[in-house]
Amino acid sequence: MLVVRELDLDLDAFEGPFDLLLTLVLKEELDLADVDVAGIVLHFVERLAEREQLDLDVCGEFLVLVSALLELKARGLFEEEAAELADLEPEEAAEELARRLAEYRRMKEAAAWLSDRLGTERDRFFRLGPAPLAPEPVRQLAPQDPEELAKVVRLLAAEPPSVSLAHMALRFPPVAQFLERFRALLQRRSRFDFDSEVEGLSRAEQAVAFLALLDLRRSNQISISQAAPFAPIRVMRVEEETAATDERTPAWTARSA
Amino acid sequence: MDRPLRLVTANPLDQLARTLEALLVVAGAPLPLEELAAAADDDPERVELALGLLSGRYQEGRSGIVLETVAGGWAFRASRDAAEACGRLFERPVQRGLSQAAMETLAIVAYLGPCTRPDVARIRGVAADSAVAGLVERGLITEAGRDNGAGGAVRYRTTPLFERVFGLESLSQLPRLDDLADDADDLRERLQAVAGQRSA
Repeated sequence: MLVVRELDLDLDAFEGPFDLLLTLVLKEELDLADVDVAGIVLHFVERLAEREQLDLDVCGEFLVLVSALLELKARGLFEEEAAELADLEPEEAAEELARRLAEYRRMKEAAAWLSDRLGTERDRFFRLGPAPLAPEPVRQLAPQDPEELAKVVRLLAAEPPSVSLAHMALRFPPVAQFLERFRALLQRRSRFDFDSEVEGLSRAEQAVAFLALLDLRRSNQISISQAAPFAPIRVMRVEEETAATDERTPAWTARSA
Repeated sequence: MDRPLRLVTANPLDQLARTLEALLVVAGAPLPLEELAAAADDDPERVELALGLLSGRYQEGRSGIVLETVAGGWAFRASRDAAEACGRLFERPVQRGLSQAAMETLAIVAYLGPCTRPDVARIRGVAADSAVAGLVERGLITEAGRDNGAGGAVRYRTTPLFERVFGLESLSQLPRLDDLADDADDLRERLQAVAGQRSA
C-alpha cells in the first residue's frame, strides 16, 4: 500500500521521505521557496501510476498536504499580495497553516495509535447487549398521621364548586326593541342622553342598545355627539337645521339636505 | 479434641463474590463499582474487595472468562486464548473495515470531543459527514448536545463501546497528543542519516 508520508522524494533541495520534508518546512529548517512542489506531485503521480488500483484515501491525503504546502509557499513568495488577499499577515497566515498542519499531523498520529491498538485488541471478545432495564424504584413515603390523611382525603372528596355556565345563556334582546324605544323617545324629546337611558340595563342589553343607536344613525334619523372619549353620548333628532350644522358628518348632511 | 475439623475456611466475602459474578454475567455493559454495590445491596468497599477476589479467579491463563475494568466499569470478556474460537462463532461488525478517514475522525472526536462535524472537517481538510455517520452507526460515537445550545451544529463524543472495543479503562488512557507527535529526535536522526547518504 502506498503511504503518502513515506513517499520517497528526490528533489534539488531535498532528498528523503515526504513527511520529513513536511517536518523540516514546519520547523523552518528548509525554505519552502526552494522546494519544487511540482516535483513532489510528479513523484507521487509516478508512484501512483505503478499501481493498478487507485487509492482514493491516499490521493485525498496527498491533495490536502500538497495544497497546504502550495498555499504556504505562495504566501511566502508573494507576501504583499497575500496580505492584500487575506486579513492575516503573511507570517500569521503561515503560522496558522503550520499550526493546522501540525494539528492534523498529531491527529494522524493519534489515528495510527488507535489502529495499532485495534490490532493488539483484535482478540477481545465480549458480550454486547442492550443496557438492562432496571425495575422502577418504588417511592417510599414517610409515615403519615391517619388523622391528617383523612383530612386531606375529605378535602379531595368534597364536591367541587359548580362551574358557572351563565355566559352560555346570554340572551340578546332584539335590536328592534330598542329601535322602537328610541324612536318613541325621540317623538317626545328632540334629544336625550344615551348613558342615562340605558342605565341599569345589563352589559349585553347596553350593547344591543348601542347597535340600535348606530342603526338609527345609519338611516340618518339621529345625530350623535360626544364631548370626549367615554363622556356621555348625546343623541339628537335630525331636523333640517341640526343636520346642516353637524360638522362631524358632512356626508350625511349633504344627503339629507 | 472436641472441635470439629474445618478443612475449608469460608471466605466471608464468598457470598458477595457469587452475587457479583451473577450480576456481571447478566450485564450487557460494564458495571461501575457503585452500580454493583447498589445491586448487591452491600458496602462499596466490601464489593471492591470481592471484585479483587474475582479478578484473581478470572484471569488469562486460569479461566476462559476474564474479569477486567474497562469503559469505567467491571465486565467479563472471553480470554484471549479463546479468541480464535470466538471468531469462528461471532462477527465483529463494530471494528471491521474502519477506513483511515474513520480512524482520523474517531481520533479527533476522542481527543477533542465533544466536537462538531465542522470541527472535524477543519482539522482533516475534507468533509466529515460520511465518516461521522459511519462511526455513529457502529456505535463508536454518539450525539452529545449542540454547539451554542439548540440550533447549533450537533456535537459528538465517543461511547463506552469505543473504550471497550479499544480496551481502554477510560479516555484518560489515550496517550498524550504531545507525546504522539513529539518525534523530533527521531526525525533528526533520519535527517542525519539522509545527509550521510548524500555526502557518501
